[in-house]
Amino acid sequence: MRCATFSIRRSAGVADMALLILRRLVQTALILLGVAAITFLLLYALPADPARMIAGRSATAQTVANIRRELGLDQPLLVQFWAYLQGIVQGDLGRSYAQKTDVGSLIAARIPATLVLMAAGILVEVLLGLTFGIIAALRRGGAVDRVVMMASFVGVSAPQFVVALLLLYVFAVTLGWFPMSGFGTPAHVVLPAATLGILGAGWYARMVRSAMIDVLNQDYVRTARAKGLSSARIILRHALPNAMLPIIAMIGIDIGQFMGGVVVVEAVYGWPGIGQLAWQAIQQVDIPIIMGVTLVSALAIVLGNLVADIIAPLIDPRIRAR
Amino acid sequence: MKLVAPASVPVLSVRDLCVDARTPEGRRRVLEDVSFNLNPGETLCIAGESGSGKSVTSLSIMQLLPKASLQIASGSIQLGDRELTKLSDRAMRSVRGGDIAMVFQEPMTSLNPVLSIGTQLIEAIREHQAAESGKAEAIARQMLDAVHITEPGRRLTQYPHELSGGMRQRVMIAMALSCRPKVLIADEPTTALDVTVQAQILKLMRELKQEFGASIILITHDMGVVAEMADRVAIMQNGRIIEQGSAMTVFDRPTKLYTRQLLAAVPRLGAHAGTDGPPRVGSEVARVEVPDRSPVLLARNLNVTYGSPTRWLFKGKPPVSAVTDVSFELRPGETLGLVGESGSGKSTTGKAVLGLIPFTGDVVIDGKNIGGLSARQMQPIRRSAQMIFQDPYASLDPRMAVGAAIAEPLIIHGLADKSERDDRIAELLRRVGLQADAASRYPHEFSGGQRQRICIARALALEPKLIVADESVAALDVSVRARVLDLMLELQETMGLAYLFISHDMAVIERMSHNVAVMRAGRIVEMGTRREVFESPKDEYTRALMAAVPIPDPRARQII
Repeated sequence: MRCATFSIRRSAGVADMALLILRRLVQTALILLGVAAITFLLLYALPADPARMIAGRSATAQTVANIRRELGLDQPLLVQFWAYLQGIVQGDLGRSYAQKTDVGSLIAARIPATLVLMAAGILVEVLLGLTFGIIAALRRGGAVDRVVMMASFVGVSAPQFVVALLLLYVFAVTLGWFPMSGFGTPAHVVLPAATLGILGAGWYARMVRSAMIDVLNQDYVRTARAKGLSSARIILRHALPNAMLPIIAMIGIDIGQFMGGVVVVEAVYGWPGIGQLAWQAIQQVDIPIIMGVTLVSALAIVLGNLVADIIAPLIDPRIRAR
Repeated sequence: MKLVAPASVPVLSVRDLCVDARTPEGRRRVLEDVSFNLNPGETLCIAGESGSGKSVTSLSIMQLLPKASLQIASGSIQLGDRELTKLSDRAMRSVRGGDIAMVFQEPMTSLNPVLSIGTQLIEAIREHQAAESGKAEAIARQMLDAVHITEPGRRLTQYPHELSGGMRQRVMIAMALSCRPKVLIADEPTTALDVTVQAQILKLMRELKQEFGASIILITHDMGVVAEMADRVAIMQNGRIIEQGSAMTVFDRPTKLYTRQLLAAVPRLGAHAGTDGPPRVGSEVARVEVPDRSPVLLARNLNVTYGSPTRWLFKGKPPVSAVTDVSFELRPGETLGLVGESGSGKSTTGKAVLGLIPFTGDVVIDGKNIGGLSARQMQPIRRSAQMIFQDPYASLDPRMAVGAAIAEPLIIHGLADKSERDDRIAELLRRVGLQADAASRYPHEFSGGQRQRICIARALALEPKLIVADESVAALDVSVRARVLDLMLELQETMGLAYLFISHDMAVIERMSHNVAVMRAGRIVEMGTRREVFESPKDEYTRALMAAVPIPDPRARQII
């Protein structure tokens, strides 16, 4: 940037930032406790009996009872929950019923794959959303605007498994550009990331469009025009940072939506991440894994919001001042 | 027309300019045959009420009309030998900010909140002067110094929200003049500022005009500002310039009826010197004498503090005292004018005495102390104390018919059953000078002045004894403002209303008040009868406030 010396802000807020993060950590702990309690309660209320699932169809009532005792499922709810919480504090997410291994290491092994997918998906949605949102705002009311809005509406409305099958049919089966499923090469990530990103791209295109239209009508944009600045500079330097403020707050919240999409997309494309793990666990009523994935997802959402909270004051000096 | 010496070629010449608005109903002319010259070193004031086309004129010159809604239909705008209406976008960019610079009305929103003052100043300088960044920064510093901003080096690193409104307007002026433009267009540059700050900014503009040799087009609705600044004046009405000439000629011998009306409607400070109450506007017969003279509103040691304590995980805000130790009383049929600049605590006082915000101290309305009352206990008291707000556009629900809006307080308080209600509404509308059929129409069908009349009717529905009027005429044009003030005086005479009249405008306060309290930084610095306060002000601040009010007479210029 031309005036970099003034863009870099005095480091007034280091202590404030530390306080913000500390406060967030406490809030995070409370949120995770709440999520754990609600998930535990919901799973407990499930009609399916994990002990019977593990034992198999032909097992006797005695076997089922033994398994139940072994897993501690015969204990009162509160005792079970307390034991689970004790485990979490010690970093132990319990053992999978079906795979008989430690849930923590199962999840840890799959997180990298999911992170790759999420990063690629967010890149797709932000890139598409920003580009088309800005174009639509600048061509407001024109044909381009209408086409973009229509397309984003379709993107927002189409169920992800339909998009996934459509993309598979066109780009994997018919054109053969990308592999059907699996994991490993950059080509593998394209279709899953596109599937994941299209929904968000639709949302972002709409939000960026309305934020940009709002900002372009602001007095300071008129001032920038009156100074004789080029359109490119007005849009990129004056309008966009202001339009991004509400969007950044949204990205934090959006991670939750995203996690839901991850489960579907990983299942369809056979992507070996935690979404696929959760998908299998749900079918097997493997409660410790479901609990673990839910907690990790909740943590991701909280972290996403924290990142948004940290980025916002970097752009907006008015938030820094508070 | 003023005779110009043959040698003096106008800097800017606008000829037969017509601008059309595109509306769903088709094209509508909003600017018709506007012509004027701007001579070197001259200040031309374009004056008129809202909607007269002043701002459209200035945006046309800058070629900044919103393309979707406004379009130049014909005419020419000549800057030297360049025809601006025919310039390419790229060529126009070098004119904007380079040859013609602009200062806007709202200093609070005219600077980009996420960019530092330095960034915004320097980008303007670098756009038009091939300066490398070190040199541009030096120029920026000089410019801040020229507009009398202290510590220019530090200011460059600050952001707009860290500066006051007056400071931001100085920054805007610094930015506008940084490339030494031939023409400076200032569109209502002081309208959003306090009167003492306005005086400083006007003074600054005059100084800089000399120093930088720019010609100024000053757009304003305020005839006081015109008198203070103009060499020549153009009066606009309905998209036309109806009269133009030297400032002396227009003020002394206006030829058009509209100009005369406009000048007559301007409230003049000191117009009511030597009298005690506001002027009588109604007939003597209709006047009521209020038998009971005990105060309808009493405030004793009123304190209001904003802020919130820090609670566990939530960071609080440090307490700020907004109103400190305010005491006054208000008797039936009288007006207490509460005057002060922005942030003085006058609006906060108005809200506190109606129990709308928490306060400490005593507030007695109609004999009942409202301190610590619950919302339910407050309800019967609210009947006798109503409020009229500043913005008649925002204070009426756009989806509620006028009749329903006026009926709402009656319904809430369980007064007047359905059959009586329509008669009451018709009567109230008649009282504020509107037709009874207004009841079935919606707010957008009315002008600003009419909407404020509707708000007054709504406040009157409960037959209150006290009305708190918070800047109730500030958003209205002068001619409309005068009529609304007359209506309020007439209602006071005929109904014995007491007004707590809050305003920043000294002339309006003088016209309306029996007693006046001057507020500054949350305290009443001076209080007394109108005659005492206006004719022999004791406090330094009161005197400064009055001295800063521009006088609508070019002969009485204060700023040299």
